[in-house]
Amino acid sequence: MSKFEFPKSILSRPVWGTLEPRRGLHHLMIADAEGAEAILDVATPEMMESAHIIFIPKGTDYAKRLRALNPAQFYDGPSYAASVTRIQRVLLGAKMSTQVYLSGTESLMGQAMLECTNAGIPHTAIQTEHRGSTARRMQCVHCKGFTEDVAIDPFVCSHCGLNLFVRDHYSRRYAAYQGVCVDAEDPGNVPPSKGIYP
Amino acid sequence: MSGAEKIDVTVTEIVPVNALVKRFKFERRDGGLLPTFSGGAHTVVEMKDGDITRLNPYSLMSDPMDQSAYTISVRRDDEGRGGSLFMHNKVSVGDEMVISYPVNLFSLDLRAKKHLFLAGGIGITPFLSQIKQCERLGDAWELHYACRNAALGSYVDELTAAHPFEAHVYYDDEKQVIALENLLNGQPIGTHVYVCGPKGMITWVRATAEKLGWPREAVHYEEFLAPQPGKPFEVRLAVSNKTIQVGKDESLLEAMERSGVDAPYLCRGGACGQCETRVIDYAGAFIHRDHWLEDDEHASGEKIMPCVSRFEGKTLVLDR
Ligand code: FES
Repeated sequence: MSKFEFPKSILSRPVWGTLEPRRGLHHLMIADAEGAEAILDVATPEMMESAHIIFIPKGTDYAKRLRALNPAQFYDGPSYAASVTRIQRVLLGAKMSTQVYLSGTESLMGQAMLECTNAGIPHTAIQTEHRGSTARRMQCVHCKGFTEDVAIDPFVCSHCGLNLFVRDHYSRRYAAYQGVCVDAEDPGNVPPSKGIYP
Repeated sequence: MSGAEKIDVTVTEIVPVNALVKRFKFERRDGGLLPTFSGGAHTVVEMKDGDITRLNPYSLMSDPMDQSAYTISVRRDDEGRGGSLFMHNKVSVGDEMVISYPVNLFSLDLRAKKHLFLAGGIGITPFLSQIKQCERLGDAWELHYACRNAALGSYVDELTAAHPFEAHVYYDDEKQVIALENLLNGQPIGTHVYVCGPKGMITWVRATAEKLGWPREAVHYEEFLAPQPGKPFEVRLAVSNKTIQVGKDESLLEAMERSGVDAPYLCRGGACGQCETRVIDYAGAFIHRDHWLEDDEHASGEKIMPCVSRFEGKTLVLDR
């Protein structure tokens, strides 16, 4: 079961949708891990004729099934960092009749969305669907460092070592949730970590 | 007082542009500076024609940063209700007039990487100020401008001389047509398209963009909607406790104003939503002409936009 119902939260928190096929001359699909399932669900043979799938398996074995969809282009990347230059290059040459589909973790969707909006696509025109891990990409508001795959709250900043409280306050510009020091007033008084979602 | 704030101006120049279009220049009567504006903005010009006061919106075509004067271009419409005829035949240099602060319902989306302008006929005017803004900001732009023929192509020579690579002109008489599908297909990601012209052109561009998968957010349009003349009708204004007659050449909004009712408005062209009025009761048919209400709202008989829409029938009671 890779779908998760995120609890209702503040306005700043992104709300993810469900991919649906849309009219367009080109289809750019970016997914990681279980995000592949959303692509498998939405793909049609016509769409695949002009589709470019960029997939980061993160240890899963969906790549074979995605390749079997027969997209015009398929790229299997070892990490998001390794794939981002390709995403940027694709966007550089892309035309307005391109539809973008993002699926998988919030970290992947957030960062790919940032590349798309930097390229000038209105964020409301980009489709998303969350699948798989609910771990977050967090930014420490103190040292500005990013910690990936954060599943517990509070957590320790991987850059400066502060104990950070996981907020739902999201930055589109950094594609990350914000982490705030939890024991600033009373150093050492850190509540025990638990999962972000009950 | 409804509408945007007013500015007292003097007409300082009137230039015939071609057989149908005249350009008017306004300067502040107190010698001060006019506000800057953003490309695509319009001003509402007050025309005192005998007992009738018309308030018509016109796109500002001057440089948005030029505070010394505003210019507008008015196309003569012999079939219209007389606003453009008044400007053409009764206004002379030195006349004192009142115009509104600039209002923009057709502004550039500054997130765009490129602006693609599509103009039809007098729909060129908002683009003239937008082009000046783009040139100042160093934004990429391209114009495709369709007009009837060379003699009626307002500002064609200026545009093609100053921007030989950006401005493309098409003459209907020579059967030249914008190759819209190719044009839209070839646009790089981050392009926004803006269209201003006759209704048919706007519908064509919106439908083609949608078919090609353009996001709705990247398609902008402004239609020059003037209130159309129609059969006279009677309206009951419940809040003001007045029964008024709407004449054949005036809009419902103008009739309310003539009767001393301070009704809200901004664009006077069916686009901004400011004048939306609740219908309390009616027996008859609405002639909706605005772009503001949704189709189901038009069908519901619960709302009307008095700046452009009319009514035919026995009773109309409004919450105003
Ligand atoms: S005044 Fe703008 S819609 Fe009527």
